[in-house]
Amino acid sequence: MKQAFFEYLLRLGDNALVLGHRLSEWCGHGPILEQDIAMTNIALDQVGQARSLLQYAGQVEGSGRTEDNLAYLRDVGGYRNVLLVEQPNGDFAHTITRQFLFDAFNYFQYEALRHSRDEHLRAISEKSIKEITYHLRYSSEWMIRLGDGTEESHQRMQAALDDLWMYTGELTEVTEVDEIMLDAGIGPGLHSIKGLYDEKVSAILAEATLQQPTGAWMQSGGKTGKMHSEHLGHLLAELQFVQRAYPGMEW
Amino acid sequence: MTDKKNWPLWEVFIRSKNGLSHKHAGSLHAADAEMAIENARDVYTRRSEGVSIWVVESRYITASSPNQAASLFDPADDKVYRHPTFYNLPDEVKHM
Repeated sequence: MKQAFFEYLLRLGDNALVLGHRLSEWCGHGPILEQDIAMTNIALDQVGQARSLLQYAGQVEGSGRTEDNLAYLRDVGGYRNVLLVEQPNGDFAHTITRQFLFDAFNYFQYEALRHSRDEHLRAISEKSIKEITYHLRYSSEWMIRLGDGTEESHQRMQAALDDLWMYTGELTEVTEVDEIMLDAGIGPGLHSIKGLYDEKVSAILAEATLQQPTGAWMQSGGKTGKMHSEHLGHLLAELQFVQRAYPGMEW
Repeated sequence: MTDKKNWPLWEVFIRSKNGLSHKHAGSLHAADAEMAIENARDVYTRRSEGVSIWVVESRYITASSPNQAASLFDPADDKVYRHPTFYNLPDEVKHM
């Protein structure tokens, strides 16, 4: 049970950390100033959530690892984020589509986590849901505007959606850890979240005049740590470089 | 939304707390009103500066001309009796 809870917190924390890091890569490169700031704001929200979650994961594990140990000193095989969030930024369409596909799931997940039996996780969720509600609103608005925008923006959004769709199945895939969390009253039932998720995604895609891909083979293996895509290693190389090169360094 | 060079300019007004009026905070580019609010939230209220945001497209603002400044404003300079400085304000009255 303790091990499952630790794994579960790593999943939540790693999703936030990895996607936050991806968004931070846009810092200074946003298409316009306002969006540069918007994306780095979301990145900061997510890195903040990752801190709370990884710190708590370290406590639950009980072997003295801190949030920094967990973030900077685990290799690819130790990460438990879903494959979707580690996918590269690509163009703005890919970044927005990845964000939306994740935010829609994350929103319903955290809505449910506000009623978790675990008090600490409930408190983290209560704080995070306000941020996540805004993230979902931000990415939904962009899905609609770019999908139902110009011919080029529509085509780029459809291409991004087609590329990333195969990573959406993993979000609500039920694994052993999810079952243990559900039984313990800590985590939500992913079947009901899948219903809400599908409904939300369909509604926004329809408004964005985008075609929902069908028949994709759903990739998985990220949240169980069995198999990450090649991209996570490169991301961690950058994220962890300073601590790896100068162990224990602080500033 | 045609291209980003055509995004209109918006003026942003922030109410810093309830009871105070909205104050001009600056301007930004956005494709439409909804996005202007979101951008304003990200650009101007990151450090808890506000509880309410107004945006208005800059082209809808009519400004007074600097050439008319003398005729518009100077006549008020020697009418000191218009200032409520002859009253004692109770301490309880704030934001005057």
